[in-house]
Amino acid sequence: MASSIRVRATSNGDITEVQALIQHPMDTGLVKNPNGELIPAHYIKELKFECNGKDVFVANWGTAVSKDPYVKFSFKGAKKGDELKISWTDNKGGSDTTTAKIA
Amino acid sequence: MKTRSVLLLGSLSAALVAFALTSPRVVAADKVDPVTDAKAFQNFFFQKFPDVKHEDFVNGPYSMNEDLKRQWQEKEEFPPYEFALEAGKEMFSTPFKNGKTYADCFPNGGIGIRQNYPYFDEKEGKVVTLELALNRCREANGEAPYSYVKDEMASLTAYMAYTSRGKLMDIKIPDDPRALAAYENGKRYFYTRRGQMNFSCASCHVQSPGERIRAEILAPALGIVNAMPIYRSEWSGMGTTSRRFVTCNSQTRAVPLEPQADEYRDVEYFLSYVANGLPISGPGARP
Repeated sequence: MASSIRVRATSNGDITEVQALIQHPMDTGLVKNPNGELIPAHYIKELKFECNGKDVFVANWGTAVSKDPYVKFSFKGAKKGDELKISWTDNKGGSDTTTAKIA
Repeated sequence: MKTRSVLLLGSLSAALVAFALTSPRVVAADKVDPVTDAKAFQNFFFQKFPDVKHEDFVNGPYSMNEDLKRQWQEKEEFPPYEFALEAGKEMFSTPFKNGKTYADCFPNGGIGIRQNYPYFDEKEGKVVTLELALNRCREANGEAPYSYVKDEMASLTAYMAYTSRGKLMDIKIPDDPRALAAYENGKRYFYTRRGQMNFSCASCHVQSPGERIRAEILAPALGIVNAMPIYRSEWSGMGTTSRRFVTCNSQTRAVPLEPQADEYRDVEYFLSYVANGLPISGPGARP
């Protein structure tokens, strides 16, 4: 299985635009499976983007975010070729991390 | 008196039997002429939407609405079907237990052939869709068939469609009365009203493409199968052509058929044939 995180970061001068797509069920804990049993909550609690040792984007998520979330933001203070580190942890202790070069 | 009426009845039923023998299914009043059909079908849409580029119809609702199109183009940088596509690629290249692969079942190793499906199988006398061919391939190699509506089947067809992107739909109707009957049957299914709402497929996709149905924009019937399988945000997942037919039926409060029922295969044959010459754009994304 490939990484659960897809990232694309492009720099245009002093602003870096980041897009990410994360594969995650993001179960709310309110939905029942076909047998009528509740599917336990399973969601990303924290999503973090780091660049040059600094956090540039941190999200504290709950169950309100949809399945396979898509995130887009931009930040200042990075240049082409810098490395962006992305990681998430969920409420069941699962986590994933990946890195991407800013293009 | 009695003998005369018996004779009359006898000859009448003989005539009926003869009529039944000449027509395996219901016969339309005029001759089946797919070539003229397809031309008329395409011209109808081209004239109704003169500003839409012909090859753009395969993008469904996005060809009908500027706003939606812009959002979609942005989404296409990070398409929601990407995960399914990757899974499909992996499944396609993974050998079965007996060491064979999907590539052994298909011409050209299964790559770039989506535009030739569904085809009419002269041995079987029926239409064979890509989904059906994939499951037959699995069964022939001793594997259990997949569900026709989503997940693995959608991933596999997504990958096969992806390798055929941009190729023009190229459906053949062989010179065989059974093939013409299948085409005609699909056409009839498409135009027949059914269900509590008394809708036919055409009520939405021929009469009202570009119009809103609830918050969604209806796709034109022309090229609607070229984008299959699709990731629908409404489903938050992938779905195959079969899934689309089943949900369309149930949304108009008609009773859906079993996936890959004859009528569904025939209607896919009809829709694909009239979309001949338009590019494959699958896998697609839909709101």
